[in-house]
Amino acid sequence: MRDIGQVNNPYHDDKVIDACSLFGVMDTSGGRFSGEGIIRAIANMHVRGNGLGGGFAIYGLYPKYADFYALHVMYLSREGQREVEAFLKDRFDLAYAEEVPTRLTSGIIQPPAVWRYFLGVGRHKPEEQSEDNYVADRVMEINTRLGDAFVFSSGKDMAVFKGMGYPEEIAAYFCLEQYQGYLWTAHGRFPTNTPGWWGGAHPFGLLDWTVVHNGEISSYGINRRYLEQFGYRCTLQTDTEVVAYAVDLLVRKHGLPIEIAARVLAPPFWNDIERCPPGEQKLLRTLRQVYGSLLLNGPFTVIIAHHGEMIGLTDRVRLRPLTVGVKGDMLYLSSEESAIRLICPDLDRAWIPMGGEPIVGRLGTSPQPQPVTIGEEVTSDAN
Amino acid sequence: MKTYLPSKFLIERDPERCIQCQVCVNQCSFDVHYYDAEDDEVRSREENCVGCHRCALFCPTRAITISRNPMDYRENYNWRPEVIEDIIKQAETGGVLLTGMGNDKGQRIYWDHLVLNASQVTNPSIDPLREPMELTTYLGRKSDRVELEPDSHCLKTELAPQVKLEVPVMFTAMSYGAVSLNVHKSLARAATEMGTLWNTGEGGLHPDLYQYGSNTIVQVASGRFGVHPEYLDAAQVIEIKIGQGAKPGIGGHLPGEKVSTEVSLTRMIPQGTDALSPAPQHDIYSIEDLSQLIYALKEATNYTKPVSVKIAAVHNSAAIASGMVRAGADIIVLDGLRGATGAAPKVIRDNVGIPIEMALASVDSRLRQEGIRNQASIVVSGGIRNSGDVAKAIALGADAIYIGTAALVALGCHVCQQCHTGKCAWGICTTDLALTKRVNPDIGARRLANLLRGWSLELKDILGGMGINALESLRGNRLHLRGIGLTDTELEILGVRMAGS
Ligand code: SF4
Ligand code: SF4
Repeated sequence: MRDIGQVNNPYHDDKVIDACSLFGVMDTSGGRFSGEGIIRAIANMHVRGNGLGGGFAIYGLYPKYADFYALHVMYLSREGQREVEAFLKDRFDLAYAEEVPTRLTSGIIQPPAVWRYFLGVGRHKPEEQSEDNYVADRVMEINTRLGDAFVFSSGKDMAVFKGMGYPEEIAAYFCLEQYQGYLWTAHGRFPTNTPGWWGGAHPFGLLDWTVVHNGEISSYGINRRYLEQFGYRCTLQTDTEVVAYAVDLLVRKHGLPIEIAARVLAPPFWNDIERCPPGEQKLLRTLRQVYGSLLLNGPFTVIIAHHGEMIGLTDRVRLRPLTVGVKGDMLYLSSEESAIRLICPDLDRAWIPMGGEPIVGRLGTSPQPQPVTIGEEVTSDAN
Repeated sequence: MKTYLPSKFLIERDPERCIQCQVCVNQCSFDVHYYDAEDDEVRSREENCVGCHRCALFCPTRAITISRNPMDYRENYNWRPEVIEDIIKQAETGGVLLTGMGNDKGQRIYWDHLVLNASQVTNPSIDPLREPMELTTYLGRKSDRVELEPDSHCLKTELAPQVKLEVPVMFTAMSYGAVSLNVHKSLARAATEMGTLWNTGEGGLHPDLYQYGSNTIVQVASGRFGVHPEYLDAAQVIEIKIGQGAKPGIGGHLPGEKVSTEVSLTRMIPQGTDALSPAPQHDIYSIEDLSQLIYALKEATNYTKPVSVKIAAVHNSAAIASGMVRAGADIIVLDGLRGATGAAPKVIRDNVGIPIEMALASVDSRLRQEGIRNQASIVVSGGIRNSGDVAKAIALGADAIYIGTAALVALGCHVCQQCHTGKCAWGICTTDLALTKRVNPDIGARRLANLLRGWSLELKDILGGMGINALESLRGNRLHLRGIGLTDTELEILGVRMAGS
């Protein structure tokens, strides 16, 4: 059995520590657009990374295969590929497979082979299991059991492209300017302690959920222990993984709306909760009482995405930057305002959200041109 | 019989300073100092001195110095002075050696082998003077998840009763009778002021203290002293006492002399009779019996308050704790090897039980493995000395901490280990009215509240240094601990890595 934690975190530190640049852009009307803008925007924040990791997530990417799970797999050897392909044939209905097109780029050294597979679950799964859970389990299996291969994207009609290099180099390598999607997120990485590994770049994804993350989560130890109780195995030993699993638990398994889940990850202070009207107070208090171990404490900004939604969130005292920009149906999230202005100079509005205040872009809902005050959405929901 | 015991302490009285005022004579409850009228001189019977320092601190001219009697035995690692003297005592009395306070032996104190983390460069530390820093803790059973109404997103989940603590440090069970009413008053007022809880112990709740009910934990122990409906109703939490760290498996014995009128009323037993707490609870011979008592108490109080169960930390704590949670306990209390007592057989106090650090680590891990950690809060006690110990206990997995000895030290106790004699010169562990008035509840409450205030400020500094602004992010977060000078097995049980790794 291969220990992915060892690949990603060879020194076996408590967790991988990194700092980063983040960018996200979404057309809430669902219009698809090319990656040209986001590539320029993330390149504008070049110095926030150090070339040891860059990546993108794109939604609305494969309309032709929208009903199939798109697995992107990185191979370190021919045997690895043979093994995984045999495994996939055995466990899925294969609709289409190809090597992901790339071009020679100066900054990219020793790239692994990356293939994509469009897979249907069909009759392969046990009856009582959902398709999503079946796929998630198989991805875990490949990533922990099979050698020389790593699945870094597994959702439908979306994909993650990532690797070692600056994000603009990764974009050039994977020809991302040629793709179209309605939601893009991007990440440039500055790890302090890993030699870098293709699978360790962001976005980090499970099914169609992806996370790009800037920060260090000081509560990692307990977040991880809590999630392990629900069967999550934190194989990568990064705090980003913990964010992804926490969202998966709260939203997919426990059925909480993302705005409420954000109140778990970055809850209001007890004093602020005491000042809320009774219904909201009780909700917020109960959330903290039950999910206290999921509070993400320490500096972070994350952009979480899945089909139809993009969420920006900082820790509750905003120790890492996040700027929001709105132009018509377009919502921008970025580590730096300059990156947004570079590709959209005439924004309707740009602002810095409060610490712990989730910024949610939703398909079919125009982005809020005004900042939402803390607790407002929850209030209207709770009463 | 002529005693062969040497005096433990030497008392020097500086003749230049002594003004023969006899304060020491009046302060000493162990009959050490006396006034020799013939010679007009105050003298000492050193053999009676227990080293409680009461006289030295109250002497107006600071004339008294107390030091250890340097009388050395021939060196012998096996036959150490304490061993020899214990044999002498038993040869002279023929009884069980009794003692007070907690285990004073040299078993490893793991707190001293654990160190905490702090932020540098990659994440900022947080300054608690400028930023909010949260210590608020809720004790009680938590649900597995929060459910909302499908459309309105209103809260559907109704949590079991929760108790709020502003500071994660509570005052542990010390019964009225073992300690004085003034001590109870001091504890109750300090707990109320600081937003935490104090615990009645097994001796009932004095009528004057019902007003502090919302900050009170009432105990139901094997003697059932002072347990009645109003007592249960008054409390915020009900605690079933199965055992205590100082004397696992052993009952209690409050001698008849200590059962004064007031104590007899509160305990609901005749004045002057011995109050005997049986070793086991005679209605609990197994786990299903515990469950029945838990639910009987919940029924009696209409499911309005958490029920806690306290055990001494023993070899199988993890399995026992898991059973307790499944039996319905909302809070489990683990009292470790160093837990203190008003009176216990010395051989039990010093030899039975396991260190609290180990018990806590294994119970927290076990409950997590079984996926039931959220169903009960974990409270630990037994030798917790300062906020550093508190922070480490929380990082190992505790929800809150009980302090007993530390609280008594705040009231004046000098840990002389004479609590079982009923003669406490500091007026703490006694019901002698001449002595109990030495604790003024107003001043006592202030000293206790100050202690908790100091610890909270320090805890906030510790959290801020780690870049964390809420206690729940430290709770069970063992990555913020590292071990020093521990073996692999110890590290494995503690779930902590070696410093430098
Ligand atoms: S209290 Fe001090 S000054 Fe007074 S009699 Fe005792 S030793 Fe002397
Ligand atoms: S409470 Fe009193 S008797 Fe007991 S150790 Fe403290 S000072 Fe000594």
